[in-house]
This record gives sequence, C-alpha cells and structure tokens, in this order.
Amino acid sequence: MKRFRRLAADGRIDRARPVGARFDGKPLQGFAGDTLASALLANNKVLVARSFKYHRPRGIVSAGIEEPNGLFTLGEDATTEPNVAATVTDLYDGLIARSQNAWPSPDFDLMSVNSLLSPLFQSGFYYKTFMGPFKGSWMFYEPFIRRAAGLGTATDLPDPDRYETRYEFCDVLVIGSGPAGLAAALTAGRSGARVILAEQDSDFGGSLLSGSDAEHEAWRTASVAELQGLDNVKIRTRTTVQGLYDANLAVLVERRDHLKPNARKGQSRQILTSLRAKMIVMATGSIERPMVFSNNDRPGVMLASALRTYANRYAVAPEKRAVIVTNNDSAYDAAVDLAKAGVAVTIADHRATVEASHFARAASHGIAVFPATGIADVEGAKGISRVKLSGAHAVSIDCDVLGMAGGWSPVVHLSSHGGIKPKYDEAIAGFVPGGFAPTQFGAGAMMGVFGLAAAVADGANAGAKAASAAGFGKTRLVYPPEHVTDRTYAILPVWSAPQHGKGKAFVDFQSDVTTKDVKNAHQEGYQSVEHLKRYTTLGMGTDQGKTSNINALALMAEHRGISIPEAGTTTFRPPYAPLTMGAIAGRTVGAHFRPVRRSPLHDWHEKNGATFIDAGLWKRAWYYAWAGNSPETAYVKEMELVRRNVGLSDVSTLGKIDVQGPDAAEFLNRIYVNGFAKLPVGKVRYGVMLNDDGVVIDDGTTARISDTQFYMTTTTAQAGEVMSWLEYLLQCHWTELNVQVASLTDEWAGMAVSGPKAREALKLAFPDIDVSNEALPYMGCRDVVFEGVTLRLLRMSFSGELAYEVHVGADHAIPLWEHILKAAAPLGIRPYGLEALASLRIEKGHVAGLELDHRNTLDDLGLGKMAGKEKDYVGKALRFREDCQSPDRWSLVGLELMEPDKKLRGGSILFAANDEIKGHGRGYITSVTWSTELNKFIALGLFQGGLKHEGEEIVAAFPLRNEQAKLKIVSPHFIDHEGARLNA
Amino acid sequence: MIIPCPWCGDRDHSEFRYGGDATKDRPKHGTGDLKEWHDYYFLFDNPKGPHTEYWQHVLGCRRWFRLSRNIATNEIGGLA
Ligand SMILES: [Zn+2]
Repeated sequence: MKRFRRLAADGRIDRARPVGARFDGKPLQGFAGDTLASALLANNKVLVARSFKYHRPRGIVSAGIEEPNGLFTLGEDATTEPNVAATVTDLYDGLIARSQNAWPSPDFDLMSVNSLLSPLFQSGFYYKTFMGPFKGSWMFYEPFIRRAAGLGTATDLPDPDRYETRYEFCDVLVIGSGPAGLAAALTAGRSGARVILAEQDSDFGGSLLSGSDAEHEAWRTASVAELQGLDNVKIRTRTTVQGLYDANLAVLVERRDHLKPNARKGQSRQILTSLRAKMIVMATGSIERPMVFSNNDRPGVMLASALRTYANRYAVAPEKRAVIVTNNDSAYDAAVDLAKAGVAVTIADHRATVEASHFARAASHGIAVFPATGIADVEGAKGISRVKLSGAHAVSIDCDVLGMAGGWSPVVHLSSHGGIKPKYDEAIAGFVPGGFAPTQFGAGAMMGVFGLAAAVADGANAGAKAASAAGFGKTRLVYPPEHVTDRTYAILPVWSAPQHGKGKAFVDFQSDVTTKDVKNAHQEGYQSVEHLKRYTTLGMGTDQGKTSNINALALMAEHRGISIPEAGTTTFRPPYAPLTMGAIAGRTVGAHFRPVRRSPLHDWHEKNGATFIDAGLWKRAWYYAWAGNSPETAYVKEMELVRRNVGLSDVSTLGKIDVQGPDAAEFLNRIYVNGFAKLPVGKVRYGVMLNDDGVVIDDGTTARISDTQFYMTTTTAQAGEVMSWLEYLLQCHWTELNVQVASLTDEWAGMAVSGPKAREALKLAFPDIDVSNEALPYMGCRDVVFEGVTLRLLRMSFSGELAYEVHVGADHAIPLWEHILKAAAPLGIRPYGLEALASLRIEKGHVAGLELDHRNTLDDLGLGKMAGKEKDYVGKALRFREDCQSPDRWSLVGLELMEPDKKLRGGSILFAANDEIKGHGRGYITSVTWSTELNKFIALGLFQGGLKHEGEEIVAAFPLRNEQAKLKIVSPHFIDHEGARLNA
Repeated sequence: MIIPCPWCGDRDHSEFRYGGDATKDRPKHGTGDLKEWHDYYFLFDNPKGPHTEYWQHVLGCRRWFRLSRNIATNEIGGLA
C-alpha cells in the first residue's frame, strides 16, 4: 500500500543531485538534502523497525533528534554504528543502513512472537521474573532476553575512523538556530563579541526550515548571510551541545559523516569541542508530544509537526488522506500545509471550542474539523489503514497517516545540567527552565515563548543581554519579519483519553512502555517519577524519553491524584543525545591512550635485545636476549651474573630530587624517620618517610653533596607523590624553612654497577678515579669528572652485593653506559633488567612498591628500629596510636616454599596450617622470586603477627588456579645477614 | 572548573591536584599530642557550600595555594 510520495516540486532537497544509499542490502535513492528518514518515506518505506520488547511493527515518528523508533545500524564491519536515528542522518552516496531488532526483516519478523508473550514483558518484568522463582533465574533467562529484546549490535572491531578533540573559547555561545537562536546570535554578533552558534541540524533555521512562508524564509537567509559575514562569529551545523558543565564549559560534538572523511588523509569523522563560553544563550526550541491512545504505535502514526516537516522541507507527503488529532492550535499549520500538498485532511480536535478563525482557515483548504473528538483506535496490521474516532464525531476514516499534535515540550535539558530543576508552566502545559546561572540565558520556545515574532524578540533580547554581560554593551537588535502575526497556542492538555480501543496505548515507543505499565507501577507502589522510570524502563532508551517523559509524568500524577508539578520530573543529565565513544576518546587511543615515559637509555635497550615491560607510565627493560628468550629463565641467569660477577642495570626511572638551601638538612631530618641533620658531606643514607598518620609513604636514599645541597632518590612509583608532598610541606606549612626542591628525574640518568666485581669494573671504566674502599666506602658518594662530564658516584646497593650507582646528565647516559660495558668487558659485564633487579632485592629482603602500599607502618615492615627516638619526624605521633601498635597487624615476613615441585605465585592468600582455606586469610604474598642462592622459591609477604611466627609452617592458597602450597616463615633477609658483601 | 593559580592565572582544573581541607591549622612540627594530630588528620567538616581547600598547580608552576570553592556548585570564590 502506498502511503507516501515525493512531491514534484519545492522542498529543500537538491533534485539536481541524486544520492544513492543502501538500505537492508538494496539501493535507496534520494537527493542531497534528504535525511535517511525522508528518503525512506519518499520510497514509501513506512514499516522500518520492530519495537524493543514486543517486536511490534514500527515506523518513523518524528523528523528530529527525538526519534524513538527509526533507529538503524549504519556502516559495516569495523565502521558499524548501531542505534542511529534516521531523522538526523544525512543521506549521502554510499551510506549503508540496516534495520535492527528484527529477523529476517522488519516486515516479516519471526521475533514478533514476543507480542504474544507480552504479559511477560510488562513493567517490573525483569525484577520480578528474574530475581525468582529459583536461584539463578537471571542466568537462565538472560541469553534469551538479550537476543529477543534489544536494539542494534555494536562491532568489536577497532574503529578505523579518526576523531578529534579540541578546546575553544568565546564570549557568547548560542545553542540552537531557530528564530530565537538566530536573533540572539546576530544581536550578540553585532556587538563585536566572539560568538559561536551551534546547530544540531544540517542547516540553520530550526522551525523555519519546516515552514512554507516565503517572507520567513527571506528573513532566515538574510540572518544567516549576515552571520556568515561577521568575522567575530562562527556558525556550525551538525553540532550538538551534549552537556553544560561548571564555569560554562560546553561540550560540542560535530558530525562530519556526510563528508565521508578519510582517516588515512587525516580527516576526522567527528570533533568534540570543550568550549569555554563567557555567556551562554540557550535557544533549544521545543519538541512535539505524541498522544496516548489505543495502537498509537502503528506505522504511519506520526507527530503532526513531522508530517509538516516532511512535506515542506523534504517534499514528501502522505499519498492521499491524513487525519490529525490535536489538543492545540499548532496542528492547523500542519493540516494546511498538507492540504496544500494535495492531501485530504481531517482534524480531530479534543477541544470542544476551537477559535472561529481556525475553522475558517481549515475550511478554505478543504479541511474537515471535528471538535470534541479524539482517537478511539487505530487499525491496520503492519501500518495504519483506518482511524476510529471517539467523542462527538465517532466515525471511522480510512487514511494513510495519522498526525499527533499533543502540544510542545520545551527542550529544557541543558538548562538543568547544572542542577536547576525545570518548573511546570500551566499556561503551556509543559516544563520550562527553573532558572539560570547569571552567565546563562534562555530564549524562544525553550522558555515557552512560542510564535515567530515573540521568539525573535526574546532571542534578540537574550543575545543583547549576554553580549552586554560579556562586556559588549553596544549592539543593534534584530527584528522579526514585517508581516508576522503569531497564532495562538490554546492547549487543552488531554493526558489520558478515555480508553476505547483494546490495543496497547504506548507512552514510550522506544522502551515499549504502555499506559498499563504506568498503572502497574503505581499499583505496585512505585510513585516517585525516578522509581517509575527504573521500574518501567521509561525514558531509558537512546532517546532518553524526549517524547514520552511528560505523558508518563502526567499519567502517574493522575493515578496518584496529584498535580504534575507535585509529581516532579526526572533529572536531566548529559549527554543530551547519543554520542559515539570515538568522539569522547578522540585521539587518546592506542599508543596515545596515555603518555609513555622512556628512560634516557631506552634506545640502547631497544637495539640490544631488551624486552620491555610497563611499570606505571614507564617502559622498562625487563630482561635481555643474552640471558634467554623468556622472562622465567632469563632473570635467573641475570641474577647469577650479579651474584657471581658484575652486571649493569638502568635505574634512571627512580625519582631524583635536588634539595637545596640553608635549612635543607633540617627539612630532611623532619620528613625522614631517621636522622639526616648530621649526615656528613660525601655520605648517603637510606631513609623512610611517613605520612601524617604514621603510614609509610616511600623509601629511598639521600646523599649530602655539600652543606646545603642534597640529592634524594625515591621509588619509581612514588616519585611524583613525594615531590608534591615535599612542596606541600614547604609551601603550606614550613614556610620558615629556606629550602628549594627541584625534580631531576628526567634530567638525570642512573645506572647500577652490581656484583662482586663491581669495583674492578669501575676501575677499568675510570682508571684515573680512585674508587678504592677507602676513597669510596659503603654509603659514600662523590661527584667526579670524567672526560669533562660530571658523574655522581654513589656506593649503595639494592641487591645486597658490592654495588655502585653512577648518575649522570641524561644526554650523556648512552655514551657512559656503552663505555662501562666496553671497559669492563674483560670481566664479563652484561646488562640486567627489571625482573632480576626486583628478584635480587627480594633475596636481600629490601621492601619496594609492592610492600610500600600505603597501608603499612614502619613496624609492619620491620623498620621500626630505624626511627629516631629523640628526634621529631612527620607521622611520629600517630604512628603510636593504638591501631598501629596492635600485635596482630599483618607484617613483613620472609617465606620459603617447602614443596619443591610446586610454584609460588604473587598475591597468594596466606593461612595458618590448621585454618580452613576460605575468605581473606591472615595475609598475602607481595613478591615472589626463584632464589639462585637458596635454589628454591622465596617470597616476601604480610602475615598476621609477622615474625612472631618465624619458623612456623603455613599455607599459601591461590584460589584462581585452585593451588595450595606449604611455606615456612623465615627472616626476610635471605642472604648475607652480616652485610659482608656490601662492605667488601 | 577554572581555577585561578596565584602565579599563572586562570587555568583549567585538569592542571591541578586537590590537596584537601585547608581550614585547619597543622599542629606545630614536634607536637607529640596524639589527640591534636588525630583531630587534625581524621576529623573533617563536610559543609555543603563554600569551603577552603588546598590545590596545587601540579601540571604548571607547582604552586600550592588555598582556594575557596563551593562544594555544592563548584563556584570558585577565589584565593583564600
Ligand atoms: Zn601556576
């Protein structure tokens, strides 16, 4: 049956530019200027979708962003994008669209069996059915529900398109380019203010694009032309303001799909702009509401304003006959324009009294008007065939389409993103903004100001105010076209017409919520609108209830016997309309997802067989190819190198902080638990820092370079935190101390020379520098000059072996590293990586990031004796609070695996020998390694009571792999208790 | 939010780190009184409205400063 046709002339389509798209695998013809929706209708495709739960036949309802039914999957393979409204999709050559939620097609949908199961899908269905009747119900039903109810399916292929994010600033942002928005932008623009006009549609004009008046059109084109001519004004189409945030931050998303952007040529598909606007004018317009009656979801039942838009803008009109049901005067504009397109129109007007001028205007276009008449039912299996009227003129009319003119809802969403709730305005039977921040203004239909002349005046006024508030006081107001008389609105809200038909009367098309569901929700005690929403899923679709919310609210208010303002409204949150994850992510994907930090030695590692591992943002050399091809074997070989010979390791990622000033020693003495006031020049000391609450923040070493200069190292992970903490104490609290701190982490490189032959290696590398035990004893430090470059030699050890660190400016890192390797080659020196470094420290019992997890005290880590008894240090007082002194705290222990055929895993849960293996246990393993010295797996861990249990046998459980192993608690210092190697 | 750094001027909040309540005086270094430290470290008011907080321009000049911010609306009241 033919319901729609393309008009021979007029419309805003370019008939000289035919466009070929594909819909459900077949060609779809249209013209430039068409949307996917208008092209579908022009090709008489009316049944184009199936509903969410019941799989009922559905057609396009609207001509805008509010579309609940006409959702399609666009693109194919990697560019697949589901749930896109056809009404906001430009038709372009090569566009591929597929229908959703129907198999094999919307026209013949096997899933429509859900319609027969509809009692199952009523409100609260999920909650009631799947929380019972037996345990695991949801698990049982879920696959079925997921298949049967739903929308389109996203692809899991990587998105090949490119997206851009950017920042922008302006004096006045105007949102919406209808009559009010154009007037606001132009008035503000004439003041000289930097104006941005954002329009979500593909053209400027808003409601003017749907009209047919030549004088209005002339006003529109003149306004747009003037805006285009102003250098201080930027105007953007296809740009949706998705949200307004603190301090007038607006997030704009521009769609450029119609340009067929090519990522390979650097063209972006969408652009997300974070815009700081001094002032914002919202001119977001209004959205027409459907009416609620039996079978109001049949394909061909549409918004009256949409019928008008399709006729005037897209030259697509109903084939022969239209019925329009209304409760206000705006329907007469639509009816007259349809009549002009040759459609026989009947108006069913709920109102008993309609102003005489409307009768006369209707009559002059051959339109029949039935006052005091509504809709009883809509017939037609796969699309409307006949409308049964109710009330004063209860006749049946055969027709192609039924237009619903249920009144207009101001688009208040953006005005409430900042937390100001909308308020109900009885005069227009709709919600209007409840107020504005001083930097925000509203104008036109979104304020309930309908009519062209009124909207232009309102917009001009708002534009002038916004410009003035932004510091641009002088402007010229914009005036409406000369011969405009705004018609009346005269709405008589009819929220729930008496139910004549037996069919479902839908409140929310997209979520398949009916009047019965709202009633059920009320009867079950869900009275608040927020509960109604969650219980029925009303307004939770991709359209976010743009057409349905107020009808549902009004119904709930009626059930409860209260007024609409008493029932309140739900909260509007960003985004205003669906947006892609791509737009949000922008170019922070793949390698750009987060910053990468590379050591100054990175290039050398890369060229010399290092395998890298991510450590925070750092890429660290994990192990080297010389030692093997898998980390499990390579690190053991690298450990042996350090224990028996000498190795070289990159420690440049350590935090490095220069501390200078007359009070530097006093400062360090305060922040470390151990004493630093009397550290001699040329000496290094290991130190531990606490937070104010007595918990360990970090450890590291600090060397005294001179009386007033110190060189601090921190752990890699805490470098930033420690730096900020030092600055906080100095700037906010200890302003009496004359100390400066500067980060040298990126400026300096560090390399550790470790192993029994470390001194020999240095002698070979620096023959003119005295590195004897006397000249550079354990924990000594010296700045030396080698080939004109200052090196900082620090004799300290992370591995427990004789070891040195050589620090040098980052630029000299690679030459120095290569020099040491070459000079000490006769000794067999080789590089070793992070895995070996970490394992060596476990053998030595040094705590590191895994143990310093900001939950442990000094005593937990066995470091209590380090703290100075007499001196004051940060965290001293709270360190001694009751909880920190409990003998049952989880504290550091060494662990040895007792079962040689098993493996130990980090994160294993620790239990006492007789415990049931269940729950959180008495502790956990923090670090594990194979010990080359002991020939077994060893670990560090935290265990309730700690070393009180030394010698006891306990159990490590790893439930994820169902593994258990017996361990023995030992001292965490597995090797060289006396420190003979360090002092060698 | 736009935060006025006393050194750099108005900057986006993403350049800053939050440093907590700035309405209380830190006990003098060396004060051993457990209760005084306990109250300072663990007890906070949570006013709905203007509040004074520490912020650091961590991705800028690294200056720490005290800022008045309305916790309910994020309105910036200026340096405190
Ligand atoms: Zn700054």
